[in-house]
Amino acid sequence: MSPSSNGAAVAPVTRQQCLDLYYYMRLNRAVEDQMMKLFRQNKIVGGLYSSLGQEAISVGTAYALEKRDWMAPMIRNIGALLVKGVKPRDIFTQHMAKFTSPTQGKDGTSHFGDLKNLHIVSPISMLGDLIPVMTGVAMAGRYLGQDIVTMTWIGDGGSSTGAFHEGLNLAATQRAPFVLVLENNQWAYSTPVSRQVPVRDLAERGRAYGITSVTVDGNDAIAVFEASRAAVAQCRAGNGPVLIEAKTMRMKGHAQHDPAEYVPKAMREYWEARDPIVLFEKYLNANKLWDARAKQEIEARIAALVKEDLEFAENSPMPPAELAEQGVYCEGCHTIEAEWHRPKAEVTPPKSSVAAGWNVKDFGGIENSATGGNGASARPAASPMHLSAGKAVQKSSGGLAQQSSSPKKLAQQSSSPKKIAAVPERRPFGRGPKGKKGGGR
Amino acid sequence: MAPVTMLEAIRQAMFEEMDRDPAVVAIGEDIGVYGGAFKVTEGLLERFGNERVIETPISETAIVGAACGMSYLGLRPIVEMQFIDFIACCFNQVTNFVAKGHYLWGAPAPMVIRGPSGGGVHGGPFHSANPEMYFAHTPGLKIVYPSTPYDAKGLLKSAVRDNNPVLFFEHKFLYRRVKEELPTDEYTVPLGKAVTRREGRDLTILSYAAMMQTSLDAAAELEKEGIEAEVIDLRTLMPLDKEAILASVKKTNKLLIVHEDTRTGGIAGEIASLVCENAFEDLDGPIARVTSLDTPVPYAPTLEEYFLPNAAKVAAAARELARY
Repeated sequence: MSPSSNGAAVAPVTRQQCLDLYYYMRLNRAVEDQMMKLFRQNKIVGGLYSSLGQEAISVGTAYALEKRDWMAPMIRNIGALLVKGVKPRDIFTQHMAKFTSPTQGKDGTSHFGDLKNLHIVSPISMLGDLIPVMTGVAMAGRYLGQDIVTMTWIGDGGSSTGAFHEGLNLAATQRAPFVLVLENNQWAYSTPVSRQVPVRDLAERGRAYGITSVTVDGNDAIAVFEASRAAVAQCRAGNGPVLIEAKTMRMKGHAQHDPAEYVPKAMREYWEARDPIVLFEKYLNANKLWDARAKQEIEARIAALVKEDLEFAENSPMPPAELAEQGVYCEGCHTIEAEWHRPKAEVTPPKSSVAAGWNVKDFGGIENSATGGNGASARPAASPMHLSAGKAVQKSSGGLAQQSSSPKKLAQQSSSPKKIAAVPERRPFGRGPKGKKGGGR
Repeated sequence: MAPVTMLEAIRQAMFEEMDRDPAVVAIGEDIGVYGGAFKVTEGLLERFGNERVIETPISETAIVGAACGMSYLGLRPIVEMQFIDFIACCFNQVTNFVAKGHYLWGAPAPMVIRGPSGGGVHGGPFHSANPEMYFAHTPGLKIVYPSTPYDAKGLLKSAVRDNNPVLFFEHKFLYRRVKEELPTDEYTVPLGKAVTRREGRDLTILSYAAMMQTSLDAAAELEKEGIEAEVIDLRTLMPLDKEAILASVKKTNKLLIVHEDTRTGGIAGEIASLVCENAFEDLDGPIARVTSLDTPVPYAPTLEEYFLPNAAKVAAAARELARY
């Protein structure tokens, strides 16, 4: 199994952690197996996207997060949702568009979130958007002193969007406590990764932005978890974002409608032999971390949970039609209050005050540029200068140039609307302009 | 108190809101040390520091996305678009992510996206846009477009305190051309409320932003000819103050809508439909509109002046309508 990416001494993965990882991977697969049955029964309203073969990534990454941390899953991250505390019933009802679903039927699949308790941001279908959003969550968490790390996922295909690159670059310049998991599952819908990205390891993309970037075997749950744990620790220590490329294989089509006949047979066989759950069972056996009874207990627990939540979902009603026109705006239904874990005085004047000016480190000349560096510790080359509290000069508003040569009098006019006599009786409609040839229309 | 420009009024609103609530932060390009391309944010960095005045790469999608993420933790970011034209770069983030969050999964995004908009300053086709209707068409956003310093300050403060994403358009022609004395006491102006700038009985002219002054100039001209135009400032396009529009139409029975936005798909068409649905019997003439041409904003002064509405065009349309 893989060593820690930063070389620091790390605790070995405990037996309980191994059993947790196994439980969630099995639960992930059980929930999706059940949804496949629902799909065949025509009970899934829209599409169904499988994460078969990618369970170790969803579970191993999310398992490295604390309860207070934030995540934004993508469509194939059912496992991450389960680890974060989402119940199978929420996933079933979402796919079945039931009124009891987290979005009350307004959206499907894994498109739901929970700001208050589980700290999950809902994904949208446009790839890459979550990267800047979760960078912002990370920045806000740091600003509020909350000591949180944020995480989201992207595919090999999504790594070509503008939002991916803008978001990663912003995360890097902000040194945001943000982990991006790049699931390289070899296929973006029907197009192989080699036709999308001209580098073999997509971790290169993170390095280009000065971000610590590692590549792991995405079908090895322990390797994924260890890399994620190290990434979260780096973020928590204030050392900036991390990109984890997890190499894996999408074992189904893009969605249920897609038989994925474009996947070469030999390639499918290669990856079928590397099923992450089977691999992990071998690991547990080889290391004597469980016995047949422990396995049976896990299976029984999962079967009971899936059965109970499936019944709940099947018995839930569809949303009432009128719900469609409710909730466009927040009209007092939410109370928005930031949770401060640091004194507000630190970010209010006079303590917040600084002198405006840039320190530019090496002037950008060619002779100063041979610093090498792997980028992992890249800091912004320029940063605003700080003065000690209270020393900042408060500028008056007089510095704003007045460029107008003939200031308009809108304000004066508008402040006293002209009063006129009462409205006369109106003329009937449709006669047309007076004196216009023909009149009327 | 000396009169202040619209630009200064906006700056005051940001200072006051950031002073009032440390959850309010500013984010955008060149807004700190430089003070923003138009100097709207000048002095913010000195006062509030670089944790609250966040200078970003040229990445509108990342800026809006990050601001949205911040708002999920209860912050109230004020995003500056260096020119509002550049909001096209983050159209997806605004319309698909920010706007839909509350409806879909109960996630309000209390954020403001503000920036200089509009033409008349020969900024050319990429620095003169009035893109408000792309966003008025997107459920979940509020759209504010003030015409006076008083309104700009009061509306921006309301926008910052609103629980919904607000797009706040600042007409750059007005930045330094209108001045007004502002109250020394704190005040806000509610979103979604139009205001009557001038009362009249013969027809209603509905407008907003820089076209308010144009409309008032036209009304002054019409008055000399005995035509009394009522002039209403929409101030907020979304939500639209339907009551104020219908009340004025029921009073004057004639409606002229003036906007600097291009003609097809501008708010005039939407308002015309609203009036036909709700006050058709009250109309004594066709609903008229004066707008910019259906072209990009051209660069040369002769072309741009031809492209834009002006007081003469508004007065001519009003005269024609008054004859009904």
